[in-house]
Amino acid sequence: MSTTNTAAANQAVDVITEPHASKKRRTIKSYYPRSFFIPTIVLYVVFFAIPSVASFYFSLTRWSLFDSHFIGFDNFVEFFQNPQLYTSFIHTLLYGVITSGAKVIIGFFLAVLLTGPVVGRGYLRAVVFFPVLVSTIGVGIMYKSLLDPFHGMVNAVLRFFGLPQPGWFTDPHLAIYTIAAVDIWKGVGIATLIFMAGIVAIPREYFEAARIDGAGAWKILREITIPLSKGATATVIILSLIGGLRSFDIIWVTTGGGPGFTSDVIASVIYKEYQAGFYGLSAAGNVVLFLVVTVIMVPLTYVLNRKQVQL
Amino acid sequence: MTRVRVRAWTVGIIAIIVSIVVFLVPFMFVVLQASKDPADASSLAFSWPKHWQFIANLRAVLQTNEGIIWRAFLNSAILTVTSVTITVILAAMAGYVLARRKTKWNGVVNFFVLAGLIVPPAVVPTIWVLQRLRLFGTLQGMILIEATFGLSFSILLFRAFVGTIPRELDEAAVIDGAGPFSLFFRVVLPLLRPVVVTVAVVQAVFVFNDFAGPLYFLPGNEHATVQLTLFTFQSQNLSFYNLLFMDILLITIPPLIAYIFSNRQIVAGLTSGAIKG
Repeated sequence: MSTTNTAAANQAVDVITEPHASKKRRTIKSYYPRSFFIPTIVLYVVFFAIPSVASFYFSLTRWSLFDSHFIGFDNFVEFFQNPQLYTSFIHTLLYGVITSGAKVIIGFFLAVLLTGPVVGRGYLRAVVFFPVLVSTIGVGIMYKSLLDPFHGMVNAVLRFFGLPQPGWFTDPHLAIYTIAAVDIWKGVGIATLIFMAGIVAIPREYFEAARIDGAGAWKILREITIPLSKGATATVIILSLIGGLRSFDIIWVTTGGGPGFTSDVIASVIYKEYQAGFYGLSAAGNVVLFLVVTVIMVPLTYVLNRKQVQL
Repeated sequence: MTRVRVRAWTVGIIAIIVSIVVFLVPFMFVVLQASKDPADASSLAFSWPKHWQFIANLRAVLQTNEGIIWRAFLNSAILTVTSVTITVILAAMAGYVLARRKTKWNGVVNFFVLAGLIVPPAVVPTIWVLQRLRLFGTLQGMILIEATFGLSFSILLFRAFVGTIPRELDEAAVIDGAGPFSLFFRVVLPLLRPVVVTVAVVQAVFVFNDFAGPLYFLPGNEHATVQLTLFTFQSQNLSFYNLLFMDILLITIPPLIAYIFSNRQIVAGLTSGAIKG
């Protein structure tokens, strides 16, 4: 209905502005029908928007999927008073910042290396990207074996050199950092790819001019490559932070949030509470995660995009 | 000139050695483990197999639990192909209209697209919606969920790419008598092929490797996907490390093939979208 109306309206405008146009002619705009949005909107509303809005209501209830009792903010009080749940909040922030920061730095230097003159470039590009394709569960199982405290290969090498052999996934102080390291190993290929695209897009004349003016490799990097790949940096920060803050798979398969609760993040708490049948508390976890992600991402996206425009 | 070449060689050789330790050794470990006998594999040592039984292990994995891996591969294949097809078509249509039609509503639409990318899905309420629709625990429900979760990212890529196609082309097609649907499906969509390949492969790898989705929305052995079988296998059978690693090897093959065949197009498509945001 509305599309035909606007089409008719456009026609009318068209006729007024272009007196010579025939009556049958439609403006080009009506060739981009709004109806193309309809299936997308239906899926988005039913499977994404409604659950997201519903999570706010159900987080305030004791809920069994079939009926729910309104209990106010009790679930949130529980979440922030129970140290086992509260630490997951801290771990989520820690995990997101560490993985995102490391992916930016390592990804950038790998991209500089892989866009420069270097032997075996094709092989290196392929091998850095390969872990991105492997299933997270597979990577988790692989590292659980490699980093096994007693039989694992890494500790065997450390033992050979007489170095201390930490319990990578079993030491409560270390587990979350080990998982973060595995996450970085698996995900740095995407960051590298995006940075490579950003660096390749910088006009070559800039580098040549700088070299003629006598700038060294370090100065070129600092004065040209870094400032001119700001767009790519923004993309990498945003994408890796979104992924890091909601990370679940790799944590669940390697430690399951343990030992104890020392590597639990909000996403794993949501699953544990769901498994235990505390659906209201699980929904509250979702709301907390939603707030964490929004409070961090919205200002960050705004600032990063503004910088990009200024460039 | 020679100084530059010397540096290219030294840096290259150092990088290659580091890459072997950091990336190739872990993968060699997987292959070696998959070729060992059970006792040999359970030592977890990085060693040459005492008895090579790669083929025997392969056969054993394909036969465990009455060949559940076959059903899992079939489920994963159906899930991946159908959901990616839906995502690609819907996102292409939406991204196209979003790029071409400049109205005051664009800001609102863009906001919701970005929200879909940033906001983590609310899992238990989604289960509630699926139950209401009688789709919980069905492959159809899972397909629609995966298709929905992929929309935002795909729309962004399509929107960025449609922006690079000149409008004059649309006008020419319209003058030649194309209607809205034939303009999109017969003129514009074929030109979007590079992004279609990028979106399809990236989404396919994502859906095929997705673990949390099937864990929440597709419980039960009947509809188990490959990632779920791998997870249950590792929590049940700790005495058969050789078969576990053979399973990892098998599951890595489909994404690898998809990537090898579309490597260049993915890089080109991703970068054209990523840099323009």
